[in-house]
Order: sequence, then C-alpha cells, then structure tokens
Amino acid sequence: MQHTNNQDTLVGIFVAAGILGLFFLAMHVSNLSSFVEEDSYTITARFENSGGLKVKSPVSAAGVKIGKVSSISFDPKTYQSVVQMSIDSKYNTMPDDTTASIFTAGLLGEQYVNLEPGGSDTYLKADGKIEITQSAIILEKAIGQFLFKSAEEKK
Amino acid sequence: MSQFIQDLGKSTRTSFTKLGRSTYFLLQTVSGILSVLLRPRLLLNQMYSVGVLSFLIITISGLFVGMVLGLQGYYTLSDFGAEETLGVMVAASLVRELGPVVSALLFAGRAGSALTAEIGLMKATEQLSGMEMMAVDPVKRIITPRFLAGLISMPLLAGLFSAVGIIGGQVIGSGLLGVDEGAYWSQMQASIDFQDDIINGVIKSVVFGFVTSWIALFEGYDAIPTSEGVSRATTRTVVNSAFSILGLDFILTALMFGDH
Repeated sequence: MQHTNNQDTLVGIFVAAGILGLFFLAMHVSNLSSFVEEDSYTITARFENSGGLKVKSPVSAAGVKIGKVSSISFDPKTYQSVVQMSIDSKYNTMPDDTTASIFTAGLLGEQYVNLEPGGSDTYLKADGKIEITQSAIILEKAIGQFLFKSAEEKK
Repeated sequence: MSQFIQDLGKSTRTSFTKLGRSTYFLLQTVSGILSVLLRPRLLLNQMYSVGVLSFLIITISGLFVGMVLGLQGYYTLSDFGAEETLGVMVAASLVRELGPVVSALLFAGRAGSALTAEIGLMKATEQLSGMEMMAVDPVKRIITPRFLAGLISMPLLAGLFSAVGIIGGQVIGSGLLGVDEGAYWSQMQASIDFQDDIINGVIKSVVFGFVTSWIALFEGYDAIPTSEGVSRATTRTVVNSAFSILGLDFILTALMFGDH
C-alpha cells in the first residue's frame, strides 16, 4: 500500500508541475493577461496613409502604451485610412485636440500610433474623432524625394 | 523485372494490411477509454511509468535547450542591436516548435521504446493470450491505459519543457549576458499570442502524444514474438515516431502559422 501511495504522490506532483508549466506559459509568457482587459473606449482617426500599421499595433502617449489599434479600414469616399483605436478607460482625459501620428519604433521596427495631447479643456469622448493626424513616413518615398532633390540641386 | 513488380505488389499489400491492422487496433484502443476511466488506478500506474519517469529528462533537456537558444540568439541578435527581443525569439521558438517537437522526440525515445518492448515481451511470453484465456480483454486492460497516459502526459511534458526552457533562456540572457530582464519578459508578452502560439503548441503536443503512443503500442502489439522481433519493433517505434513527429510538425506548422 505504501508503494501505491508513493506512486500517487509522484503522479500528483507530475500533473501539478505540468499544469503549472502550462499556466506559466499562458499567464507569464503570452498576452493572455492583457486579454483580461479593463474597459476601454474607442476613438477614430483618419490618416492619409497608415503605412505598415496593423491591427493590435500599440497606441502610446509620451512613450507609454495606453491602448491598441482595433481596426483599420479604407474609406472609399475620402480615400483615407480609418484607424480605430481602443484606449484603456483609465486614460480618459485626452484633450479633443490631440494629434495622432504614426511613428516607427527604431529605424525598421514596428509602427505605432503616437498621441500628442493638445491644450484643449474638453476631453475626447467614446467614439470621438481625432482631427489632426500625421501620416506614416514611408521610407521609400522619403528616399525618393531626397534623391530627386539632390538631382535638382546638381543642375 | 517481373520479380520487381511482384515485390512492389507484395510491399504494397503488406503496408496496406499494416495500415488496416493499426487502424483497427486504434479503434479498439479508443473504444476501451470509458472502461479505463472507470478504473483510474490502471491509468495512474501508467501515468507514473510514462509521465513521471520522463519528467527528469524532459526538464533537464528543456533547460539546456533554452540556455542554448539564449546564448545563440544573443550572439545573432546583438549584431543588429536587438538583444531586447531575445525573449521573443526564445519563447516563440520553444512554444511553437521546439517544445512540442523535442519533447515528443524524447518521449518517443524514453517512453515509446519502453512501451513497445514491454508489450512485445508480454506477447512473446504469451501473457496477452493468457489474459484472453481468462476472458480479460488485453487491449482494454493493457493497451488503452498506456495510450491514455501518453495522450495526457505529452502536453504536460511539452508545456513543462517550454516553461523550463524560457526560464533557462532568461537565466543565460539576463543573468550572464546582460539583457534587461524587464525587456525580456515584456517583449515576450507583447509578441506571444495566447491563441496563436500557446494553444497551437498544446494542440501540436496532443497530436504528437497521440501518434507516438499509437505507434509504440501498435509496434509492440504487432511484434513478431521473438527476442529479435521485439528488438526490431522497438527500433521501428523510435524511427517511425521520429519521422511522423517531424513530418506532422511540418504539416501542422503550415496549417497553423501559414497565414502569417
């Protein structure tokens, strides 16, 4: 009987360790903990060009992540890119003249939306719109312009 | 020439019969699951010999694989000044590929070969026929508990392998090479998706556990009941398991991560 009890204990330890390992992967390694999101509210911004921005790209203000991009669509009337962002409702005091720009983390890194708060006294509400936007910098375009300009100067 | 055609026909016939027998064997095994669940003691004993005894080799290999990933990843990533993404590299390669695959290969070597040898020897010493004489279904009594134990143990072992490996990578990365510990974890959490990476990794390991246990048990059950037959069956288990794990891993990866 002693023998089987020992075996029970060892199997118990094994199963507990395995489940603990999977739990560790779920909570500590993956983004599951950020799924359990507190409430968020959605704001929309229209960009001339949203570049390499993707759904789930981070939205940050002053370098701190405050939300993420929830959808990107193309508006066939204005030919603009409509970017919806869900912002953590902890940060519900963004002024309504906030500027949204698309930046790149590092030289070739991931693109993200940066919110630059303005000076207005009224805050952005849920489903609010950001009026002032700045498009993504397309590296190829910038290089093209630079080459064109230097060719002009040579003449 | 006619000899060649004849051989080809013969090998086709034998491989089809083997496929048929193994499928029938699998169906028999699966149909015994309910009766095993009514006698959990049988399952527990097998969980011990299949899972607990593989525990040590899996954790130690996981630790070393993670440490090697940390070391090699650091050397490559530091060329681009991207050491901070070391955590992503270690975690993604472990959770998606190395965790399920390497632990399944080790499992096939450690537990699968033992299962084949055990069943094969039971057949050679006519224990299985003895059971049938006593009106005990050997498949339900012997095979199904082992199959179920392999199916349950494999995802636990693979999860353990990845978890230990990620910690090993962190020990090397931030303990020895000076990668920022916060960046290691936060970059990892930002890039590893629960649904896409963790769940798919677990699905992979369940599939590998299924296939490895099936092959090991069938080869043992189907072995020629001599000492040479059992030794050949054991070799076949390891070789066939390794092939199926690696082949299936390619297919599963293409299906799961194909759209990225």
